[in-house]
Formats: sequence, C-alpha cells, structure tokens
Amino acid sequence: MTKINTLFLSAALLSVSSAAMSAPVSYAIDTPGMHASINFKVNHLGYSWLTGRFNSFSGDYQYDPDNLSNSKINVIIDTKSVNTNHAERDKHLRSDDFLNVKKHPESSFVSTSITGTDADMQIKGNFTLNGVTKPIVIKGSKVGEGKDPWGGYRSGFMGTTEFKLADYKISKDLGPASGTVYLELHIEGTKK
Amino acid sequence: MQLKNQNQTYGWISIVLHWTVAIVVLGTFALGFWMVDLDYYSTWYQDAPNIHKSVGVLLIIAMLARFLWNQINTKPSPLAESALQNSVAVNVHFILYLLVFSIGVSGYLISTAESQPIGVFNWFEVPAWFTPFEDQADIAGDVHEWLGYGLMGLVALHALAALKHHFFNKDNTLKRMLKPISKKRN
Repeated sequence: MTKINTLFLSAALLSVSSAAMSAPVSYAIDTPGMHASINFKVNHLGYSWLTGRFNSFSGDYQYDPDNLSNSKINVIIDTKSVNTNHAERDKHLRSDDFLNVKKHPESSFVSTSITGTDADMQIKGNFTLNGVTKPIVIKGSKVGEGKDPWGGYRSGFMGTTEFKLADYKISKDLGPASGTVYLELHIEGTKK
Repeated sequence: MQLKNQNQTYGWISIVLHWTVAIVVLGTFALGFWMVDLDYYSTWYQDAPNIHKSVGVLLIIAMLARFLWNQINTKPSPLAESALQNSVAVNVHFILYLLVFSIGVSGYLISTAESQPIGVFNWFEVPAWFTPFEDQADIAGDVHEWLGYGLMGLVALHALAALKHHFFNKDNTLKRMLKPISKKRN
C-alpha cells in the first residue's frame, strides 16, 4: 500500500514538475550558417520600394512553446553592414546623414514582453538605432520547429515592424513617401 | 606653330594640356564640394555625381597623356635663381601629379566598392577591377576628400609661386605657360 502510494505520488510529482519545468529553450540565432536576415524597405519617391538588409548581426532568444511569455530575444546589429547593393548609397547610409555608424556602430533590439500565440505574436521591446532607444512592437509568427538533419534542433520565426526615420533622429529628407522604414525579419535559431 | 617644348619654353601641346587640366581640376573639385550636400530632390542629385565621375575619369586619362608627353619631350629649365627654389618647384610639380592620380584612384575605389563599374557619360564604363577590401568606400571616401583639400592647397601655392615669378622676379615663368616664347638668338 505504502509502496503504491509512493509510486503514485512520485509519478504525480514528476508530472507536475515536468509541467512546471517546461523551461524555455535557449537558441542562438543561426548567423554562422546565415539562416536569418534583417531586411528593410523604404519607399522611393512614392513609386517603388528600395530594399536592403544588414549583413552582420548576432543574437539569441529563449522560446517556450507552452508559455510564450517565458520567451525573450535580443539582437545586436552591426550598422556598418548595411547593404542596398550600391556602393555610393551604402556609403551615404553609413554617413551621419543616416546611420552615423562611426558614432553608433551598433543597433539593438531587446524584448521586454512577448504575448499572443505562435501564429500571432506581439514582441514588444526596445529598439536602439542611431543612439536613440524607443519601444517598438514586432508582429511575429512561428514558422516551424524540430530536429535538423545534422543532429541539432532548430526553431524559426518571422516578424515585421516599422518605424519612422525621424523618431530615430535621422532627419535627411527623402520625401513625403519615404519617412517610414519597414522591417522584415527572419530568425532561425539553433538550440544551445 | 610650335607644338613641342624647347629648352626655354613650353610648346602648345604642353600649354593646352596644362590649362585644360587646371580648369578641369578646379571645376571637378568645386562640383564635388557642392554635390555632396545636395538635397535628395535637387535636379542635380544624379547628374552632378555622374558628371563628377565622368570628368574625373577623363581627367586621369588627360594626366596620363601629359605624363607621357613630358617623358618624351624636352623639359624647359626652371627659372628660379636658387637651386633650392628650383628643387621645390620640381617637387611641387611631382606632388601635384601624384595627388591628382591618388584622388583619381581613391574616387574610383569609392564607386567600385561593391563591384559596380563607373559610367563615363554613357560613353564607356570603367569596370571594377579589384576585389573590394574591408570598409573600402568609407576609407577611400575620406582619402578622396582630404587629398582633394590637399591638392587645392598645393594648387594655390603653385599659382602664387607663378604670380611671384611674374610680378616680383619679372621672369618668363608664367608667360611661357601662356604661349610659346619665340627663341631669342644669343
């Protein structure tokens, strides 16, 4: 009787603890294999979209599939790595007319809260650019998760957000249609 | 018409090349100085850099032609009294050439930093020959700018020296660069 009780109790405890211990899993963003990208687009004259990206960044995140609010992410972007596939424009973007990369070599995003569901996440956090830090919200969603063919474990997400250049003290006037930058983010992480 | 240089004076080819380069160097500097602060909606925003780069490429070609012409031609002897002044003049001339070529190379490295060619007036393109190095456009940009200012400083010195020869020494230094001076019989 006692033995059965003990068994039952320990089984119950085990299940409780395994639920409570559904600890968030830590991932490193797969920048070594570059299965991640930070892309942006800005309207050109009101006629089309100019796209670009940051080639160099790094970061990590914790993802808890059972409890999104246990999740968090932080990313550091090397602002010098801005790339729109045009040497003279990229030089201009690095100058103090835009990103001022000599003074502000890093941009970052640090989440403060993650809510919603896998299909519809709100990732709130502080975004720092050009030395200015402001809260933004990234609308995100999970793409997938599981073992990779090489013995690792991965999860992947995408997200979008936008901000006004003027909010980050980038005052160069590109015209009325071009004041907002739209970001499209793809993040894949390998389990640590 | 006297095309070639002689021992005491320059020929028309050297004179025309000198003043063409002088005007183009000043104009290209002024254009570059002005264009970097243009508003995005200025009608010159695209044309000014295109002209600057196209003229720059042609200027380097003209300077190469000048350099070659100097090599196969007599060099008129300098007119200053002291050997020191003559050596300063020769060195300034050498550095002027060096600066123009260096500014040309650094400008080329800015525009070709992402392996894109430089178009010369829809006429021909100068391809990106080299594999870009780290921070190429930014480093080349700083070099291009400061060598540009350096060249203007040296041009001012060169011009002041010519005026000093003309008005104070009252010799032929400036005159023989305006037109060939006919040889006087000794």
